[in-house]
Parts: sequence; structure tokens; C-alpha cells
Amino acid sequence: MVDLVESVDSDLVSPESNPTCPFPDEVLEPVLSLINSHKDRSSVSLVCKDWYNAERWSRRHVFIGNCYSVSPEIVVGRFPKIKSVTLKGKPRFSDFNLVPEDWGADVYPWLSVLAKAYPFLEELRLKRMAVSDESLEFLAMNFPEFRALSLLSCDGFSTNGLKAIATHCRNLTELDIQENGIDDLGGDWLSCFPESLTSLQVLNFASLNSEVNFNDLEKLVTRCKSLRVLKVNRNINLDQLQKLLLRAPQLTELGTGTFTQDLVTRPVADLEASFGNCKNLLTLSGLWDTNSLYLPVIYPACASITFLNLSCAALRSFELAMLLMHCKSLRRLWVLDTVGDMGLEAVGSWCPLLEELRVFPADPFEQEEVAGVTESGFVAVSRGCPKLHYVLYFCHQMTNAAVATVVQNCPDFTHFRLCIMNLGQPDYLTNEPMDEAFGAVVRTCPKLQRLAVSGLLTDLTFEYIGKYAKNLEILSVAFAGSSDLGLKYVLGGCPRLRKLEIRDCPFGNAALLSGLTKYESMRSLWMSACNLTLNGCRVLAKEMPRLNVEVMKDEDSEDSQAHKVYIYRTVAGPRRDAPPFVLTL
Amino acid sequence: MTPPLLDGEGGGTGNASLMTSASTMESVFQQSPGLTERNYLGLSDCSSVDSSAVSGMSAVKRNNLNLKATELRLGLPGSQSPVRDSDVDLGNSACLDEKPLFPLVPSKDGICSGTQKIVGSGNKRGFSDTIGEGNWMFGSSGIDSDGSKSLVQGKFVSNASVSGKILPGTQPAMINDAASKVSPQEQTHVTYGASVNKASASNPPAAKAQVVGWPPVRSFRKNILATNAKNNDEVDGKPGPAALFVKVSMDGAPYLRKVDLRSYTAYQQLSSALEKMFSCFTIGQCGSQGASGRESLSESKLRDLLHGSEYVLTYEDKDGDWMLVGDVPWDMFIGSCKRLKIMKGSDAIGLAPRAMEKSKNRN
Repeated sequence: MVDLVESVDSDLVSPESNPTCPFPDEVLEPVLSLINSHKDRSSVSLVCKDWYNAERWSRRHVFIGNCYSVSPEIVVGRFPKIKSVTLKGKPRFSDFNLVPEDWGADVYPWLSVLAKAYPFLEELRLKRMAVSDESLEFLAMNFPEFRALSLLSCDGFSTNGLKAIATHCRNLTELDIQENGIDDLGGDWLSCFPESLTSLQVLNFASLNSEVNFNDLEKLVTRCKSLRVLKVNRNINLDQLQKLLLRAPQLTELGTGTFTQDLVTRPVADLEASFGNCKNLLTLSGLWDTNSLYLPVIYPACASITFLNLSCAALRSFELAMLLMHCKSLRRLWVLDTVGDMGLEAVGSWCPLLEELRVFPADPFEQEEVAGVTESGFVAVSRGCPKLHYVLYFCHQMTNAAVATVVQNCPDFTHFRLCIMNLGQPDYLTNEPMDEAFGAVVRTCPKLQRLAVSGLLTDLTFEYIGKYAKNLEILSVAFAGSSDLGLKYVLGGCPRLRKLEIRDCPFGNAALLSGLTKYESMRSLWMSACNLTLNGCRVLAKEMPRLNVEVMKDEDSEDSQAHKVYIYRTVAGPRRDAPPFVLTL
Repeated sequence: MTPPLLDGEGGGTGNASLMTSASTMESVFQQSPGLTERNYLGLSDCSSVDSSAVSGMSAVKRNNLNLKATELRLGLPGSQSPVRDSDVDLGNSACLDEKPLFPLVPSKDGICSGTQKIVGSGNKRGFSDTIGEGNWMFGSSGIDSDGSKSLVQGKFVSNASVSGKILPGTQPAMINDAASKVSPQEQTHVTYGASVNKASASNPPAAKAQVVGWPPVRSFRKNILATNAKNNDEVDGKPGPAALFVKVSMDGAPYLRKVDLRSYTAYQQLSSALEKMFSCFTIGQCGSQGASGRESLSESKLRDLLHGSEYVLTYEDKDGDWMLVGDVPWDMFIGSCKRLKIMKGSDAIGLAPRAMEKSKNRN
């Protein structure tokens, strides 16, 4: 820094320094390098040309929220020194099978460009991209400094691709494979890690089905002393887990395998001791098949846990209650609705620091009605957890009054995602639509960034949203609304809206076109099974050349109907890899 | 007073049990010392709600005498069974005027005083089925009070701390199905801390069209509840026999479990697995610390359970008959077993001879 100070002094006098921008690059770049948020960096780059340049040279991580909004060539042209790339591809509704296969978002074209521009790339994080084994092999072979790979909701690859990564990435620190549509051909990929690999810090293969070789896993865990995140799959049994914990007591995040034993080979006390040994555990997940006998084994480790992911463990209410008594530091909790309202009351009682709650349905597609959780559990949590700001709640019934109470108790909501699973379900007590519930949410929670609505909703809900949700960035709507007005309200309000995803709503062309000027300030708009026609979309495409208006043709729908529409802003023009069923207007 | 556990299939207890339950119902409301009422809707007079709601309930009950006989009630001692209202309109008109009590806050001292919690749950009908019905309000007057039942579902929370809601609710979608729906043999199925009365739908499940991508749950979450991790359909890449999950209920337990019959090869395995699964109701609960979520058992009940041999394992076969488990060869059992039930020995009297006869007839 001493050198820099001297150079600053001399530069102030020298003719090279720009009178309108007193900071020379040598100062600006190190300062800007401390800025990590890509939103801040965007702002920085808009200040002036010098700042734009300084920012682009100092950026090490680039985040691309929609892989089609920009081309790889433009990215590498602007940012010469990138070490880490995050890419997101398909629209979110592809998670629920609404996007046909082969839609796109192939990572390979990106990789071939990145290999030339960033040969020393270290990290790649992909979400909802199509990733083939060839891509993974290419990645493994062309980036000698590659360290961290994270694949979330991607598809198209098999465990053979993982073999390539394990074999060739000598400096691998992170391998995080989550919830992907992967072709699981066996667990031998894990045995491909060479003996010389000791750098692993993060290993997550919880969502893979095949059994890995436990000896190889144990050896890997033993020699990777910096391992802090280990999430194994269900095939790892308690015995094996115990051994792993012995090797890696330093773990901060643990995902267990199956958490029960058919044959008791090891006394419960031993397991408890192993958990007691893990003093640094912040996150715990897995716990498949656990029950009252084995769950208490984790109690000794619970005091430090801030994130407990029980969404794979069908716990009952009293099991959850007894567990939570030991979790004094809990901030994030994911559970299945098997815990029932009673379990949620326990949450309210024992987790005053709770900030995030997600309640998933255990049997979402069950034909018969199962109990799950109701509005009373929701209210109970809100009463006991005033710091709650993120909720994802699947239930079969809800009332306006309950939601109003919840947001009264917790006005700091930033993410409010309520899924009443029965379609078009009104307030089951008053039989009114659920408009007032979401009205209460947007009125009471000024910080709301993300909202998912459900239940029987009229245009009134959207009037409320448009009027009050000033900070709303992401809105998900399904089977709601009465007319074009609904969408018009939203597009006319919500100044910060970035992502809007709509399915099965009675919104037509007029509504679509009312948002003409708004779409360029948004990342994307998805509308499926609404009342849009090809002509309406064509008008939009014509008026707004910097948007890609893509219509997915469906065999069942008529020719004039636009069954699935995906609209996004882009500087890359229409995409060249669109499959035949995607029409870019 | 402890309400008797009724067997749905027996059906013979009729009015006597109705009266018992009705009076128990009222007595429960009067003897709920530990319950604290929380009034979410800002209604002033809570105490009057109790009695008026109760009288509303009784009024409803009186109109539905013949239905009570077929109800299966489960509950721990001191707890109240669910009350089903078959007549939606009556239920609503009687009770809508009553100020509904939003959930009663559970008492923290673990008294297992139950109040019923009745919630309506909608059908899982596809959206297209429901959008045709423009009328979402309680307009349907086509509900007979003598026979047809709506799909009002009672919900019973039997654990120690109980939230109760007096007001029966229902879904309009269900009203429209009322005429066709309910058969006299309603079984109460309990799952995970609450029991839901299910009407056996005359519409086959296929009619309830599942909407693509709804509910918005990722596909990896669909298989969470499979009991055996290694019991994948594909073993070594070949598709194996599919898992055969059946529900297991136990008298006195507030919720069901599910087991995969194909993961066992003999009765002994099944029996020990079930023993492990349901043992939690006895030992586990006695050992539990802490106030919330504790299910307290009366002394006599505990003695019953601890004596083990009090309970027998029975199953419902394809013909709908309840049989003792163990009479027929394992493979035949798997082929015909639809669900399992752990019954009190005393309730199982009369089953054994039928089982023998049946297998004789088959042979």
C-alpha cells in the first residue's frame, strides 16, 4: 500500500490523471475489488467510463441470471479476468415439467468460449442448465486450475461426467451436485478421485442414488483435512456415518445418509458421542428414515446448528418438538408437513430466532386427503418467531384471517410463498377468495421481495399487489385472477419487478401488451396456459426488438394459441440454438 | 368420560354410542381446564362461544343420528373423537353465526384434552373440473339429511396440546360432489398427528385429474417417504417388482404408518418391524421430556400396551374382510392384503374362525 500512496501523490501532479476522475486505476481497482455484489458492481460500472473500465478489470466473478440474455462472446469481451462464473438457464417452471426437454440452455457453447478467454477459470456454478457428459469432460480437461463445480437442477449428464471431473481436476475444492436430472450409472465416480487429491472442502452427492465405495469415501474424507461440507446419499448407513464423523469432526455442514438401522450393530450412545464431537456443525440435513430411536443421537450437536433441513425425514410432531428443544440457535428450518400443526407449535415455542421456515408436503400427489399442516400451524409459528422473514408453506387450506395474523406478527417478510395445494381453494371458513390474505401481506410487509400466491384469487389480489408491493422482485402466479385487469395491475405497479411467472390464468393479449415498456427492466416473463395468441405475441415482439419473445408450440393447442410464452430481455438477439418447437417472434 | 373406540365395520353400536359421544362432547368442553383460548378474530366473548358452539354441534348431531354409528373414532383416553357433520348446510347455518374460535392454544402441561378440529379439505380435482362451477358459495341445497353425506372432513388432533376449531368447514367443491360421494362405511384414516375422515369416493381416483406441474414440488421430493432406500424399482438396472405399500393403523394411535410388504419375506420380519414402529407409542412417550407435544397415557392404557399380547395384527383383504395375520402363506398374504391394523385382542374375537373358513374355501 505504501507504493500506491506514493504513486497517488505523483499521479495527482502528473498529466495522466483525469481531472474529472481523481482516482487512478491503481487505486480504483483494488478498492473496487472489494465489492462483491454484482448489483453493486453494475451500479459502479454506470458512474463513468473510468469506473466502468476499472470495474471490468477488477471483476472476478460474473453472474448471468439468464444465459440467453447475453452471449459468451460479449461477456468475455467485457470482463477479461474472470475466475468464477454463475450461469442460470431454463425458466423456473422447468422444475415442474412445464418446459419441454431439449429446450436449450446448453452449457457447452459457453464452455468453449470460456476455455479460450479464461483458461484459469476456477469456479463454475450452474442452475437449470443442460449439461452433457461431454461438457463435463471438456471442463475437466481444459481448465487446469479448476476448483469448484456446483450443479443445481441441471440435467443431461450421467455419473460418467462426474468421473471425468473427479479424475482430472487436481485442485478440486468443491463438488456440489444437487437435485439434478442425472443418469445414475453407478457410484464408481467417487473412486476416481486420485490419492493425491487432498484439497476437497465441499462434497455433496446427497441426491445421487447409487452406492459409492465406502472405503474410498472414508479415505477421501480422511485425507481432505479442509473438508467442511459433506453431504452423503441415502446409501450411507449409520455405521459408516459414524466412521466418517470420526474422520471429519471439523465439518460445518453435514448431510447424513439413512438414519436408522434394521440390525442394531452399534449402540446408540456411540453415535451420540460422535455427534457430540462435531462442535462446529452449522447445518444438518439428510436424516432419511429416521425415527424416535435414532433422532436423539443428533441432540449433542444441535446447540450450534443454524440450519436444519428435515425435508427428507418424515418426522412426527412430538419428534420434532423434542428435537427443537435442543436447537437454540436455529435460524432456518425445513420440514415435511408430517409434523403437523402440533409440530409447528413446537417451532413457535422453541425457535425464537427462526428466520426461515419451509414446510414441504410429504405426499404431494397423494390422491386421498392427508392432514398435513393448516393455517393454525402457520399462525403458531408466527406467534413464536417474530424474526421470520422467509416462508414456503404447502398446505391444503388457509384463511384470510390467519394470513393477516401471520404478517401482523412478522411484518419483516422478504419472501412469502404460500401454496394452497387444492386448486382455486377459497378461505375455507368464510368461503371468500383469498384476496385479503395477500392484500394483508403486501400492505403489511414493505420489504417483500418474493411472493407466490395460490388459492381462489380474483383481480383484487393483483390490484393490491400492484399498489402496495413496491419492493417486489419475483412473483409467481398460478390458477388465479379473473380478467386481464389482474395482470395489468401488476404490470402497472411493482416498480422493482424482475421475474414474473404465470400459469393457467385468464390473462390475454391486452394484458400482455400493457406491460410493453416494463419488460426491458425485467429479467423474464413466463406465461403458460393463459389466453395469449400468436398475434398478440407478434405485436409485442415487433414493438420491443430488444426482447426475445419465444412461443413454445404444443401439439394439443391450436395454431393461433400461444400456449407457453417466455419473454426476456437480451443483448444477444434471438437465440440460434432454439429447437423446432420454440418460435422466436 | 372416555369415549369408546368404535369399530367402523362393526356398525352395531348405533345410537348408544352416539349419545355417549354427544354427551362426552359437551363434557369435554366443560372440562377443559388447561385450554387457553386465543381469539384471533378479535371477538370479545369467548366463553359464550363454547356453549353456543356446543349447542350448535348438538343440534347438528341430532340430525345425523344414523351416521354416527358408522364412524370410526380413534383417540387417546380423555380425548375427543372427531365429529362429522354430514349435513353441510345445517352445519354451516348452525355454526356460522357462532363466532368461530380460531385455534385454541394448547395447554402446556400436557393434558390430553381433545377438542375436535374440523377442517374441510378440498378434492384434488383438476382445475378444469372446478372452473365449470361458477358458484363457490354454499348454495347447494341438494343435500339430503337422511343419507347422502358431503365430504366434510373432520380433523382430530389427539396429541397433548390440541388446537380445536368448533366450526365445521367445508369446501364448495365438495358440496358439488355430495350426492355421489359417500358410502356408509367411512373409515377414519389418521396420519401424522391428525386424523382426517375420508369419504370413500365413488369417483375413482383417475377422475381427479392431476394437473401437470401441480403442486409445484420438485420431482425428487416425490419419493421421500419410500421406507427402504435400497428398495428402488431398479436393481442392477433391471426393473424389479414395485414396492407394495400398505397403511398400518393401530388402535389408540393418532396416525398411520406405511410399510412396504415386499421388503419383508416372512411374517416374523413384518411383525418385528411393526413392533419397532409402534413401540414408540408406549415406551417412547413415557420417556419424553418437556411440555409440548407430549402424549400422556392413562395408567390403565399404558398397562394394556405394555402387556404386549393384548394386541393382534389383522389385515383387510381384497374382499374387504378383516382377517388375522398369519393364517395363510406369506405370498398369498401379500397378494391379498390391502391394509393392516393392530387391534386390541378383545376386538379381534370372531376374526379367527372367518380366516380359517376363507382359506379353506380358497383351497
